[in-house]
Amino acid sequence: MAILEIRNLGISFGGLRAVDDFNIEVKKGCLYGLIGPNGAGKTTVFNLLTGVYKPSEGIITLDGKDITGKRTIDINHAGIARTFQNIRLFKELSVADNVKAGLHSQLRYSTMEGILRLPGYRRVEKQLQEQALELLRVFDLEGEGEVLAANLPYGKQRKLEIARALATKPKLLLLDEPAAGMNPNETQELMETIKFVREHFDMTIILIEHDMKLVSGICEELTVLNFGRVLCQGTTNEVLNNPEVIRAYLGE
Amino acid sequence: MKALKVKMKSDKNLRSNLITFGMVIGVYIIMQVLLAAGVVSSLVRGLLVPLCTYAILAVSLNLTVGILGELSLGHAGFMCIGAFTSAFFSKCMQEAIPIAALRFTIAILIGALCAGLMGLLIGIPVLRLKGDYLAIVTLAFGEIAKNVINMLYIGVDEAGLHFSTKSSLELNLSENGTVIIQGAQGITGTPNDSSFTVGIVLLLITLFVILNLIHSRDGRAIMAIRDNTIAAESIGIPITKYKLMAFSVSAAFAGMAGVLYAHNLSTLSATPKNFGYNMSIMILVFVVLGGIGNIRGSVIAAVVLTLLPELLRGLNDYRMLIYAVVLIAMMLFNWAPACIQWREKMVYRLKSRKKLTKEAE
Repeated sequence: MAILEIRNLGISFGGLRAVDDFNIEVKKGCLYGLIGPNGAGKTTVFNLLTGVYKPSEGIITLDGKDITGKRTIDINHAGIARTFQNIRLFKELSVADNVKAGLHSQLRYSTMEGILRLPGYRRVEKQLQEQALELLRVFDLEGEGEVLAANLPYGKQRKLEIARALATKPKLLLLDEPAAGMNPNETQELMETIKFVREHFDMTIILIEHDMKLVSGICEELTVLNFGRVLCQGTTNEVLNNPEVIRAYLGE
Repeated sequence: MKALKVKMKSDKNLRSNLITFGMVIGVYIIMQVLLAAGVVSSLVRGLLVPLCTYAILAVSLNLTVGILGELSLGHAGFMCIGAFTSAFFSKCMQEAIPIAALRFTIAILIGALCAGLMGLLIGIPVLRLKGDYLAIVTLAFGEIAKNVINMLYIGVDEAGLHFSTKSSLELNLSENGTVIIQGAQGITGTPNDSSFTVGIVLLLITLFVILNLIHSRDGRAIMAIRDNTIAAESIGIPITKYKLMAFSVSAAFAGMAGVLYAHNLSTLSATPKNFGYNMSIMILVFVVLGGIGNIRGSVIAAVVLTLLPELLRGLNDYRMLIYAVVLIAMMLFNWAPACIQWREKMVYRLKSRKKLTKEAE
């Protein structure tokens, strides 16, 4: 069953057709790759999916619900969480607080309970701390809960961003170049983490990536974008052996 | 282990909060003892309520500037609204509610509520702006608030309230009517309900609410928005709601400071000196000097910088010059990277020396 279905998606910025006639169907539990040369429109697709841009045309359905043109916040509540190409953490907050911010919509208490320190505050804060630590443990970050996010090394910042996205309990996780700027060892570790997240959280993941080793290593299906259009779509093997893809992207 | 960690963190916040409260209460007790001993000059005695007022203003502005991360230069405008609405109420109700404590409590609530409401109204359009633009618009708001009150005439008689923007004669009051707000002359004869004790209580309430707000789910959301709005939105935090919450709570406490200020004076008028942009910038100086986002620092900076010019009064003409030099020196000492490094080195040396002497013993 497809958890995400996009029909006919398109957007223009002035005269520029950034994404055109984009169709995709992502099965539940799939690890899906979105690849293509720089400027092909990959991040634009993510921005359309998360409501940062409103599509000029097309329909996006998540788990049978139409989410086209909704606000970013509503789309997150509907079940899409993402990371960013250039890391966007809450730098002046601690690592644990970053994840707790992600749990904001999951665990609630009222402003009054917070200000007056009523029992609800204590109960929920305790749950928040427990759940945050649990998530951090998945990413080997539980020892750094009180460190400021800005002081984490680069690789761990990327992981924290994924942990924060997962805290919102999404149905679909979008990773925008998760391996950018990582060395081969860190990339290897990240691949294991992504696989683990998929198993552990029963998650559907779409990722944008340039690192072909990572893409061929973990993605099951791929879509190749070129100049805003879908060049090729299919299982990883099919796509990576497609002569057109090799010409446009991988180099002959 | 897990439980320990939970406890450790909340303990750290709690201890830091307790230090802040302890500091304020300690100063209060010391001042009370000194007052009882009769060694406090009338100059300092007259400064006690303004000190509380400025500390509340600094703490509340820090919520906007430090926690929400938006520069507001109109804080005096909210103080002005709180001052006038509450003074108006107190003057009207002076006979109807003879119990001063009750009347003043309601006045405080009214002042804070009106300022907070104004913060909400101003915040809806203004918080779409960022940085310099927001600063300029809030600056304009502060000036408008002051000037509108300067041209307002309000009187009351048995037929009810009368408004005018021209003069007190235009109010058409009956013989028994009284003018309450008299344009640029403001409100005279406000009951003198403020006292040092009330000021300290209000400061403690401000600290309690704002510190607890910061260390709660809402505070975390507000700081997340400050650090990265786009990411905050992507994890489902409602941006507008929390921006407005921080801004209007900040405005409400500024209004409360205004109530305290108004009920400390027999004549309340809106002049550039008390509610103008000079005042707004003064409050911002307290916040910046005390440390952006550092609530305790705001209180200390407000107290030091209010006392300083008064203590330098003997130096006449050089007073403001020395004040400015001290301000620059303090700013450098607190925030220049080289000075921060030097201070850390000194602290480290002191600590290691302590350790050495302990080991020697």
